[in-house]
Amino acid sequence: MRAFSRLLDRLTLTPQRNAKLRLLVDYFSATPDPDRGYALAALAGTLDIRLVKPALLRELVLERMDETLFRYSYDYVGDLAETISLVWEAPEEGEAYEPRLSEVIEELNGLGRSDVPAHVRALFDRLDTSGRYALIKLATGGLRIGVSARLTKQALALMGDVDVSEIETLWHGLEPPYESLFSWLEGRGDRPELSTPAIFHPVMLAHPATDNDLEKLDPADYLAEWKWDGIRVQLSADGAHRRLYSRSGDDISGSFPDILNAVDFEGVIDGELLIGGTARTNSPTLTFSDLQQRLNRKTVTQKHMTDYPAFIRAYDLLFLKDCDVREEPLEDRRERLSEVIETAARERFDLSPLVKFDSWEQLDSLRKDPHDPVIEGVMMKRRDSAYQAGRVKGPWFKWKREPHIIDAVMMYAQRGHGKRSSYYSDFTFGVWTGEPGAEALVPVGKAYFGFTDAELEILDRFVRNNTVDRFGPVRAVRAEPQSGFVLEVAFEGIARSKRHKSGVAMRFPRISRLRQDKLPMEADRLETLNAMIDDRG
Amino acid sequence: MKAEALLSPRPEGLYCAPGDFYVDPVRPVERALITHGHSDHARSGHQAVLATRQTLDIMRIRYGEDFCSQEQAADLREMIDVNGVTVTFHPAGHVLGSAQIAIEKDGMRIVVSGDYKRSVDPTCEPFEPVPCDVFITEATFGLPVFHHPDPEAEIGKLLKSLQTFPERSHLVGAYALGKAQRVIALVRRQGYDRPIYIHGALAKLCDYYQSQDVDLGELLPATVEKSARDDYRGAVIVCPPSSFADRWARRFADPISAFASGWMLIRQRARQRGVELPLVISDHVDWPELTDTIRDVSPGEVWVTHGREEALVRWCELEGIPARPLHLVGYEDEGD
Repeated sequence: MRAFSRLLDRLTLTPQRNAKLRLLVDYFSATPDPDRGYALAALAGTLDIRLVKPALLRELVLERMDETLFRYSYDYVGDLAETISLVWEAPEEGEAYEPRLSEVIEELNGLGRSDVPAHVRALFDRLDTSGRYALIKLATGGLRIGVSARLTKQALALMGDVDVSEIETLWHGLEPPYESLFSWLEGRGDRPELSTPAIFHPVMLAHPATDNDLEKLDPADYLAEWKWDGIRVQLSADGAHRRLYSRSGDDISGSFPDILNAVDFEGVIDGELLIGGTARTNSPTLTFSDLQQRLNRKTVTQKHMTDYPAFIRAYDLLFLKDCDVREEPLEDRRERLSEVIETAARERFDLSPLVKFDSWEQLDSLRKDPHDPVIEGVMMKRRDSAYQAGRVKGPWFKWKREPHIIDAVMMYAQRGHGKRSSYYSDFTFGVWTGEPGAEALVPVGKAYFGFTDAELEILDRFVRNNTVDRFGPVRAVRAEPQSGFVLEVAFEGIARSKRHKSGVAMRFPRISRLRQDKLPMEADRLETLNAMIDDRG
Repeated sequence: MKAEALLSPRPEGLYCAPGDFYVDPVRPVERALITHGHSDHARSGHQAVLATRQTLDIMRIRYGEDFCSQEQAADLREMIDVNGVTVTFHPAGHVLGSAQIAIEKDGMRIVVSGDYKRSVDPTCEPFEPVPCDVFITEATFGLPVFHHPDPEAEIGKLLKSLQTFPERSHLVGAYALGKAQRVIALVRRQGYDRPIYIHGALAKLCDYYQSQDVDLGELLPATVEKSARDDYRGAVIVCPPSSFADRWARRFADPISAFASGWMLIRQRARQRGVELPLVISDHVDWPELTDTIRDVSPGEVWVTHGREEALVRWCELEGIPARPLHLVGYEDEGD
């Protein structure tokens, strides 16, 4: 348990992706089965032990501690799990040995409700502070340490020197503690054989198109489709066994019962998950922010499904029943796909329509002015392309709308991490709002990339020389109409947001240019951003 | 004699009226007794200063030759008469030269413990309980959450990280007096014998510790402007905590920031400061050490100077020990 709790402590405070990967690979290489397998499950979210409620933890701690002292402690720390892990005092007698992670998990899994308090108390006594904290996180559900399932799979791929798509393919056919997987990754055993149907198949990805690419390509070889602003999903159906996966292989079936219950075909389709009505029901497609209402929900209510109905706009077919069609040309796959969709539930499935075009110039003008606000560009796919996993250059291209651009004023800056730990490299920027004469800046977003190293030097120097206030690690910088720093910010989309003071939220903002030639008073106003939302419907 | 007649809080600090002196005064006074060299306890500008030889040396290093007008060195456990009051300095285990001061007159003995700790520290003499009527203690970490782990295990985390990330510089933030030298000495005790780089702000105090026979091994300056980045790959660099944010930190290859402090026990504290590798190493007592010390000393009464006094007073109340907070101001709560 100690190695696992130390790993969690370290991961929580490590911001860099590569450093997290190194810590994970280190742990998986140094830890024996089955402990590492359970750790993997805990990190990837495939372990579900929700046995312990906060009230029980409080009861246990107050058995041994004065309530006033506990209250002082909790007030000071602010986090219940952390407070309890810190204040717990094990009885002096009995130098109990520290249990292994696998013992802890197997013990918890076998418990009946009435056994829980005694076992948790005994485990607390045998663990150190970090161990208790890890146990509370495990037993209350949800580690929340900034490690995604995707990242753990990347670590496994690094460990075994295999492509991450191989891990994604195997993933849903395997179960904790994943001994066959580790054995294969360490070269001791064969690649695990999967018997479970409806597994995830790595998706085919597109390259961004550039003018250079297009010059060399014949438009007649390609089909074009709209690029819809939803999320890429894979629907896998084998009899009663149905799964909906995100493009990285996360199982999101639980959030979309409306789609899964409507499946009446067998096979694997690739498509865009969207909200609203299908083209077959003549209703409009809704925006990405509507889709966000349905993502990452543990429970889905009927009201959610009524207000934000989900559907799949299908664009490819990988399997028809259990027949693998991935080697067939795209045009043939689409033909088969359209037959499947034709008879599928019309509220839940439609076919991604083709965009007719004769030249790249014509497609370019269609791309720049799409007929639907939920379109974010076009996709070009070779008519004869097979369905290949990963990002292969040539067969598929994406050609996005130009990003939105605004001029904003730097308001706050925060130091970065690792290489950037002595640089102010994370910037909060704002735009003007309020009546003329009483304008004020309101923050509209945060960006920490898009600039070069040389530009970072300039930004950092500005922050250090123009700090007007400090809040812990954050510095407020001079931002007045006549004095401040104007940043040109590029972003992919914008939506209304109740969580932000400005009422807007940007997608994928980055700093595209430094505008030292401009005064803050020349930066954009909030009305401009609101108009961008309204333009999009 | 009543305790309050022997010693009482004033804005300048704890004042002994019969002996006409202050202990660790925060403003310049005629006569000061100083427990240890940290700047919130040892200030410059007093007329006469009585402290251990090492504390006087440290004050001279920090404030210059004329840090006071008249100095007197106290040997540990030597009874010294100050205007009819007997004072005795006893080791406090906090930093080099640190002492508790026992103040006694007419059968009443009060111990001002200053800052102290009980855990392992190769750089100074260990704390020694002194029986007394009134024990005056700080409560910097006076909450039951503070269970500081074994410092050797914390150093183990640093050494493990050096193995995992052998190409990255490990920047260890540590306060210049005491913590920095203790961290270096603990690292040495675990067999690490490569040179350790130190920030310029630590140089004089590290030299002084070495002159007092505290073995810190080979120390090299990390402040040479032209030094090649590659020299610092995989190196341990000890610096004041504030220097992470300075341009100074840019000379290092992809640094990992570590911070040796008792506050690092609280995750959110580490997160707020952008610390990736918290090393929970404290020069103050944690909760079990604090409460055990009060049991060891077994005083008639406990006075609490600063920190989280309400929790400690509550604990004393539960134990049946009379206790009261003094609400002294001017002592840093954060410096550890």
